[in-house]
Amino acid sequence: MQHVSPVREPLVTGGKTYHDVTQDVCRQVEAAPNIRWMGALSVALLLLGVFFYSVYRTLWYGIGEWGLNKTVGWAWDITNFVWWVGIGHAGTLISAVLLLFRQKWRTSINRAAEAMTIFAVICAAMFPVLHMGRPWLAYWVFPLQNTFGSLWVNFNSPLLWDVFAISTYFSVSLVFWYTGLVPDFATIRDRAKGPIAKVAYSLLSFGWKGSAKHWSRYETVSLILAGVSTPLVLSVHTIVSMDFATSVVPGWHTTIFPPYFVAGAIFSGFAMVLTLMLITRVVFKLEDYITIEHIALMNKIMMITGSIVGVAYITEFFIAWYSQVEFEQYAFINRATGPYWWAYWSMMTCNVITPQLVWFRRVRYSIPLTFILSIIVNIGMWFERFVIIVTSLHRDYLPSSWAMFSPTIIDIGIYVGTIGLFFTLFLLFAKFFPVINMAEVKSVLKYTVDNGPTYTGHDPHHSPQPATTHGVPVTASVNYDKHD
Amino acid sequence: MQDSPKYWKGIEELESSPEFVKNALSEFADFMPVKESHGTSDATVAPRRDFLKLMGFGLAAATLASCEAPIKKAIPYLNKPEEVDPGIANFYASTFFNGQDYNSVLVKTREGRPIKLEGNPESPITRGGLSARAQAAVLSLYDGARLQHFAKNGAKVDKDQLDQEVRNALAGAGRVAIVSPTIISPSTKKVIAEFAARFGGAEHVMYDVNSASGLLRANGGVLPAYDFSKADVIVSFGADFLGTWLSPVEFARQYVENRKVSSTKRTMSKHFQFETNMSLTGSNADVREPMKPSALGEAVVSLYNALLGGAKPAGKLGMAAAALQSAGSRGLVVSGSNDPAIQTLVTAINQRLGSGAVDTANPSFVRQGDDARMARLVKDIAAGQIGAVIFYHANPVFDHPMGADLKAALTAKKVKTTISLNDRLDETGSLCTYAAPDHHFLESWNDFEPKRGYLSLAQPVITPLFATRQAQDSLLTWAGNPTTYYNYLRQQWQGVLGAGNFAKAWDKAVHDGVARGSALPAPAAQLEPAMDANSAMAAIKGAKSGGIELAIYEKIGVGNGADANNPWLQELPDPVTKATWGNYVTVPRAYAVEQKWEQGDVVTVTANGKSVSLPVLIQPGQAAGTIGIALGYGRSAAGKVANELGENVLPLAVMRNGAISYTNTVQLNATGTQSPIAQTQTHHTIMDRKPVVQEATLAQYRENPKEVTEYEKISTPDGLEKPSKVSLWQDYEYKNHHWGMAIDLNSCIGCGSCVVGCQAENNVAVVGKQEVINRREMHWMRIDRYYSSAAHKEDFEEKGKLATYAAMEDPSENPSVIFQPMMCQHCNHAPCETVCPVLATTHSSEGLNQMTYNRCVGTRYCANNCPYKVRRFNWFSYYSNEKFETVNGHMFTDLGRMVLNPDVTVRARGVMEKCSLCVQRIQLGKLEAKKQKRRPKDGEIVSACAQSCPTQAIVFGDMRDSESRISQLLRREDGERAFHVLDAINVQPNITYLTKIRNTDKSDFNA
Repeated sequence: MQHVSPVREPLVTGGKTYHDVTQDVCRQVEAAPNIRWMGALSVALLLLGVFFYSVYRTLWYGIGEWGLNKTVGWAWDITNFVWWVGIGHAGTLISAVLLLFRQKWRTSINRAAEAMTIFAVICAAMFPVLHMGRPWLAYWVFPLQNTFGSLWVNFNSPLLWDVFAISTYFSVSLVFWYTGLVPDFATIRDRAKGPIAKVAYSLLSFGWKGSAKHWSRYETVSLILAGVSTPLVLSVHTIVSMDFATSVVPGWHTTIFPPYFVAGAIFSGFAMVLTLMLITRVVFKLEDYITIEHIALMNKIMMITGSIVGVAYITEFFIAWYSQVEFEQYAFINRATGPYWWAYWSMMTCNVITPQLVWFRRVRYSIPLTFILSIIVNIGMWFERFVIIVTSLHRDYLPSSWAMFSPTIIDIGIYVGTIGLFFTLFLLFAKFFPVINMAEVKSVLKYTVDNGPTYTGHDPHHSPQPATTHGVPVTASVNYDKHD
Repeated sequence: MQDSPKYWKGIEELESSPEFVKNALSEFADFMPVKESHGTSDATVAPRRDFLKLMGFGLAAATLASCEAPIKKAIPYLNKPEEVDPGIANFYASTFFNGQDYNSVLVKTREGRPIKLEGNPESPITRGGLSARAQAAVLSLYDGARLQHFAKNGAKVDKDQLDQEVRNALAGAGRVAIVSPTIISPSTKKVIAEFAARFGGAEHVMYDVNSASGLLRANGGVLPAYDFSKADVIVSFGADFLGTWLSPVEFARQYVENRKVSSTKRTMSKHFQFETNMSLTGSNADVREPMKPSALGEAVVSLYNALLGGAKPAGKLGMAAAALQSAGSRGLVVSGSNDPAIQTLVTAINQRLGSGAVDTANPSFVRQGDDARMARLVKDIAAGQIGAVIFYHANPVFDHPMGADLKAALTAKKVKTTISLNDRLDETGSLCTYAAPDHHFLESWNDFEPKRGYLSLAQPVITPLFATRQAQDSLLTWAGNPTTYYNYLRQQWQGVLGAGNFAKAWDKAVHDGVARGSALPAPAAQLEPAMDANSAMAAIKGAKSGGIELAIYEKIGVGNGADANNPWLQELPDPVTKATWGNYVTVPRAYAVEQKWEQGDVVTVTANGKSVSLPVLIQPGQAAGTIGIALGYGRSAAGKVANELGENVLPLAVMRNGAISYTNTVQLNATGTQSPIAQTQTHHTIMDRKPVVQEATLAQYRENPKEVTEYEKISTPDGLEKPSKVSLWQDYEYKNHHWGMAIDLNSCIGCGSCVVGCQAENNVAVVGKQEVINRREMHWMRIDRYYSSAAHKEDFEEKGKLATYAAMEDPSENPSVIFQPMMCQHCNHAPCETVCPVLATTHSSEGLNQMTYNRCVGTRYCANNCPYKVRRFNWFSYYSNEKFETVNGHMFTDLGRMVLNPDVTVRARGVMEKCSLCVQRIQLGKLEAKKQKRRPKDGEIVSACAQSCPTQAIVFGDMRDSESRISQLLRREDGERAFHVLDAINVQPNITYLTKIRNTDKSDFNA
């Protein structure tokens, strides 16, 4: 167990033992809810109430409760949809792509990131349904057998592609996330004292025994799901971007959208992961698992994707100029200088300029600055979608139809409400599910150890049991590239 | 011992057949078919299962029969009228005249209820055209705010009792007066005359809200009939003859005759307009000059002098003078002023020109009001000199400048007997003792003579909905004449049609709705003689000017306010301002900037010690130093639609030279409050977007008609090509029909008749002021209005793109205007069709872009992807959400729902809707043709908008039929004026527009 890498920074700090990991992660699942958690949940539930009220108004009276009009047929609804879907992307990227690329630092954040994906997709999925004029007929977008004769869905429609993309994404993410949870549920089950907890975690852990066969299958399934998820990281937002790119609306009809949207999604996703992690690690005292190195790494990814997005913004302008298409040119001039200039410049500031601060090591390694940065990026990415959707629609081809959009209280309520929904789900998850993948973190414990041998530990409460594998000397060289 | 008699149980016992003997001893008959089916070979025995089935059926039948049958409100005909077939519309000719504009109409009825008015093509006056107001009149029939019974002091009263009381009251009333707007019905006039004779020479005073008293006086008591088609040069001083002046539908048709151009006619009239407010007519003019009202008189004087050989005025007036001079008898000058002095000079100018467009021998009758007499009557009433007054469709308390005086007099009971024949307890009617409400014109018989020699009839097309009585019948009854008005009318018409074969001629006249002949007495000079030109000039010179001048105008929709409770008219956007629901103060931009006023700031306008507070609307083309306010608003007792909407500006008008002057000097004060104006269009310039709308000058057109329209080309490896040559899509093949439409922008004057026609035909919901402000009006058909801007793309180099684009958003001070009717373009490569996830919008085999409401889930993706923004979403349930009960009330009540077209679905909440190209009319036409085993004839199927267009700007037809009008038109105009809006995006619309041609030197539109 004891090995000090000559090159690498440790992934888990604080000299944790296997038992420490179990102990630290299970603590909040087993302990009574703390006051901070209760407070946070109350706020989230309040916002969830706002959500239900706004949805009630929308369903009972109609979409007219929103601020949309004949010219701007989508605004906050689809903005929020794309924003939430984008946020979800980081989870998949962390758990799938980084797994394939064997980035072991992801182990301590992938669980929460994946949970975030699931909850973000749930929030996102609210909007395509709610934005329908007749949401009770939402199932008509599925290619179902029906009694209407030869009626079928329109496979030409990007909205239909969305249906497939999002539902696939959601199911794969859910399975992937759950698969990872199974061994940890088993750990909690084994430690559970209360009868309800015993039954609940027994059911959740699917009878996991931790046998070699189980582990082998677990590894295989994880790998396969990672393989399946990886293209999804690209496909989902590509398809979402096609809602716009395949249209004829100037400002939407842009071939750069797929890569630009994917980069934007990862960008906003990492921002959201950072926001959540920075809170979680403090609230649940997981600073040793989600280390400053994690934060710095995620900052870097944010900066890179932010720069890609920035280049995309500039490319759009270049192409508009280069195309010499009047309507296209005007759409972009209007974006930057028209009545919604403030949205555009908010977006530019938040998404292009702010992430460049990450070049400074001091920013990268500063927790408060990172937190502020992540919030700014979240805001900026929301504005990006708002800018694309609303400023393109509000002034398109015929000047006679040009109009302005302003949100109603219900628009705001639904958006704020989905944040409530998201945090309600996340807080419940954080309380009842292991927020850190114990099994995988244990596999990287020996990756590096910073402060000397863990089993001798400086903490007298830890029993110094040698936990080395039988027959392998402690000094034996470790194959770092071995897959966990 | 005798044998006791033997009684047989039946014939069978007597015969003692072996079968009987066998069964005789068994108690129950053995033929109940209760046997298992299997195991028996006896086919006659019904199996047990059948028995159970029968029993089950019997039980079910008995149960069902005992259930209550659903109660349906439809009542079947006991005796079906011969001519009524459920599901098939009947058309009856009738006439609409409400004291404003005259329209000969066809009333479409379904199952005995009128659902739509259409133009009567037989009419030599309106020739199939119809004004927006006439279109909307059918909705007023079902207005629940109509008074539904006779009333005394507002309370219901028995008809006979009212008659008795009125007769008694009139008998000893002393001076009796009948107040009405202009009446053009010869028989009604006779009824009134008879009534007047009966009651000691009761006087009949007519007044018009939009008075032409000055014009009448200048012409010795007659209203000249104009024929704009006979004028090559038209100079109008504030006469909105295309919109509201005298007979706009008739004038529009005449005007456009000389404005249409084609390969065989490359000439058009030249139209100069000098006016204060930006009117519909002014926005169609080739040359327009904004002028203060006080300057208009001066302008007429200098034009008069110039034509007499005096000094040539400078500028546009000089151009007009020169054009008139060279046009001679093909010139025409008109003025909308109500000042007899100005009108005297205008008449003098026309006489000087020898204008062939003015006809005083066969004059028009549509304005007969005499302002001086009316003013005198109001004074007399106030002085208590009138014993009884009858208001016949007249609401002077609201719509006369002296309304306040009249109201005070009526409230103070200065008149002993007051009777209202108005259709509702309006501002005047509610102050009257007796109310004997008149029928709606669709429930009435009547005749009309709008112009000498031209007669028309109105016939009832529905049994009176309420306990009302035709006003003429009331007058006849009170005068003691027992005949009904119908018989009276027929009697009258015997004089017109001849007694010989009257029945047949009468039937034909009723059928056609129109007839030739005259029934009104030849007009005699009944007013003071007109002044001569010199005294007219002196009067004009003497007129004071200065300060901010107010010009009161009339709106196309609400007009004089009599029909204000009609939500279709309230929601009809003003053609120029595009504002709905209420009036406002139009101010020139420069003045608003100077005062730091924004659109929607409420200002108080004061004159004559009276004031109105209305929001400001910045109006390009408004003359400097002037403001405009529309009359017809500020009703307080019209009904819930119109009440408290806007303010009544008429009290700010004054009597001048014995006529109402619709101009006055006013003071303006900002109030610091805001009141948003509901406009359907908030961006006003075209932004130099030539692919959207195109125009050229007549000179360019004459020089090379191939160059007036700019066709966009796409670069391909083979060079520049039409956009349609480069396509990823497969084209549709149209085997049978290919419907299409062509809209001539040269003919479209922007009047909005089609908008209301479409609304009536297609059950389009009314959404009300707030929802219009929210930009959610539901009109399937709209008319885009663009102003020209002083900035153009040429300035890019010099001033930079950003600054130029910003400047292009501002209209010029006196912009030229273009109107573009816009509805679903029925694209062959429709962007909406591809994006619908559930295939709710699809392409038909006849080229229509169809909307399947039932299938729509309402994602609005189609609307976003529509480059023309013509799709309309049902944001709310407009027929059941209480928010819309006031404005869209006709969809809420059984009474109002009678106006709905049963062939068109009322759309549910959450679905998309849009122009269907009147698919129900196409279907009807096809079925009719099929029944007769032929193909539909061209012109037989007409969309509602094309039907109602007074200028025939819209041509609808089958583009597969090479002989159809539309095919010929497109062939002729291809490469000349025909263009598709946004051709380059290659959506290939089935609607084609024809480039507008202006008779000017330079087009300042998209230079």
